[in-house]
Amino acid sequence: MSSTTQWLAVRKPLPPKQTALLTIASFLLPLLVWCFVSYVPFIWHPKIEVTEPGGVTWFKKGMLVDRELFSDQAMLAAEDNRAAPKGDRANPVYLPAPHEVATAFYSAFTTEPKRKSEKWLHESLWHSITVIFWGFVLSSLIGIPLGILCGTYAAVSRLNEPFIEFFRYLPAPAFGALAVAILGIHDGPKIAIIFIGTFFQQVLIVSNTTRKLDVALLEAALTLGAKKINLLFRVVVPGILPELYRDQRILLGWAWTYLIVAELIGTSSGITWFITQQARYKNFDNVFAAIIMIGVIGIATDLLLAALGKRLFPWEKHQGNS
Amino acid sequence: MNSMELPSYLDQADPVRERFDRLKQREIILEVKDLNKKFDTSQGQVTALKDINFKTHRREFVCVIGPSGCGKSTLIRTLAGLESPSSGEVLLDGKPVFEPGPDRGMVFQGYTLFPWLTVKKNVMFGLEMHGHSRATAEGEAMEWIELVGLSQFADSYPHQLSGGMKQRVAIARALANKPRILLMDEPFGALDAQTRGKMQANLLEIWRNIDITILFITHDLDEAIYLADRILVLKAHPGEVNELIEVSVPRPRTVEQFISAEFLATKQRLEELIHPPSEEDESLPMHMVRMAKVGDDVEPVE
Ligand SMILES: Nc1ncnc2c1ncn2[C@@H]1O[C@H](COP(=O)(O)OP(=O)(O)O)[C@@H](O)[C@H]1O
Ligand SMILES: [Mg+2]
Repeated sequence: MSSTTQWLAVRKPLPPKQTALLTIASFLLPLLVWCFVSYVPFIWHPKIEVTEPGGVTWFKKGMLVDRELFSDQAMLAAEDNRAAPKGDRANPVYLPAPHEVATAFYSAFTTEPKRKSEKWLHESLWHSITVIFWGFVLSSLIGIPLGILCGTYAAVSRLNEPFIEFFRYLPAPAFGALAVAILGIHDGPKIAIIFIGTFFQQVLIVSNTTRKLDVALLEAALTLGAKKINLLFRVVVPGILPELYRDQRILLGWAWTYLIVAELIGTSSGITWFITQQARYKNFDNVFAAIIMIGVIGIATDLLLAALGKRLFPWEKHQGNS
Repeated sequence: MNSMELPSYLDQADPVRERFDRLKQREIILEVKDLNKKFDTSQGQVTALKDINFKTHRREFVCVIGPSGCGKSTLIRTLAGLESPSSGEVLLDGKPVFEPGPDRGMVFQGYTLFPWLTVKKNVMFGLEMHGHSRATAEGEAMEWIELVGLSQFADSYPHQLSGGMKQRVAIARALANKPRILLMDEPFGALDAQTRGKMQANLLEIWRNIDITILFITHDLDEAIYLADRILVLKAHPGEVNELIEVSVPRPRTVEQFISAEFLATKQRLEELIHPPSEEDESLPMHMVRMAKVGDDVEPVE
């Protein structure tokens, strides 16, 4: 087999070596672009960081100025026989270099909050996680049973799904003000936004998953003497469990995407509060570190749940690769 | 094969005739009376079954055969209670059936083992539905699993089994409920020829050793003759009983009988019934045009 057909075979699993290579590359490539832009001085770098103000009185060491402005000032200084300012090309403050963000990963956790009432980063993160957790758990407690019932009984589906179908198009953040009015300014409205963002999709997805269960399994159970409740709890529920678990993983990802909006509602809190605060102080390395942290937590949870899923459902056929 | 040399499929040797006489003395397990089934579809009403009448006796092996789409699955699903008849009735031990129940075990065309249960738990499923305690259910299930020769796979999941093994478990699962009749819808249709042959022999062995009546759907003529006491031949559009044939091949059945005179005579009759020379075949002849150059030295065309 030639190498191109190996890499670009239509709907064939990749060999493990290629898979690992591409997985690493998918993270490495964006990082490489970031490094290029940050460390190669002639790529972008629209600013000049002043190292010596020279004869320009209003320049200060460490100041970032536009390249044009710098050259204008340098020219003026030369005309007036003042000492020439010196500086290095630099990127804007909102694009910190990879190593700065990498240090921020550590220093963000060790930096003491500016005020006593403010929180450490790990406290902010933990707060965010609890908001997600409660929003998602409350949604699942109602959404999963309702979804299963909708998928099993046409009558329940007809009664609920048309309205839910309509409601899911309403953007969850639109309910922010209402949620604050009803639930106060603390975690209540935030959890409510996560709930609204998750619940309606959840019911529809779970009912769809339930409907995909092979009818032949239900018929087999009927001919074996299963009735009503047993049909539901001994066939439908275990039958959809692995697929339901996969749905939950996807839905949890969606819940995370509602986090930032949710935390801006009422009193800003959690990781969102940290990000806005750090942006205000222009600590963009911390901002990037925090954003990446959300991604890391998200993907780590998902990988963990995926690994757990393999243990939970030994009857699932695991295809290829692993 | 020269049809002149074959006896009539109706000729029965004395032991065979005596066996049928005894069989007809036995109690009737399943009776189908004037059964009709129509489906409402977007293209209008489809008559899947028309005026079906037949009876099966205790411990009889009946095969149902017919062209694809003639209503075989519809018939067996109606007997199982998974479809309700448009008119007519199905009597089990003289009592009409309305819904699925464990007194009629079913083995389906596809694989319908519960993927989340081990072989043992699959076989225990029906027993537990009946309120057997876990311990008794487990004991009985293991006996049935042993009967189909899968003891060492009791704790395997269905996806770890071959197609033949899955259908054996399905048979054990249905039989564990001690049904009056076992309904089987092309259960070996998806298996390779060799496995199918083994499964047929196994099924006959099981049938000989326990008190069970079997209604078995197939479209494989050899399979029907090899297994059945009587063969119910359906014809399509609408699905009607064409003939109910008593198989004159003596029991016990062996693979060697596939070329016996009785076997071939019965097969010839089935072929006449199922693949009658139709006008369609003649009105749609194929035109062999040479689409590509072939070396005529290999085989001249004209
Ligand atoms: N649920 C259904 N709705 C409409 N038509 C059906 C349904 N089930 C079967 N039929 C029709 O009834 C006829 C018999 O089908 P089936 O019993 O599956 O045939 P077989 O098993 O002999 O191949 C076919 O024409 C099929 O299209
Ligand atoms: Mg069929």
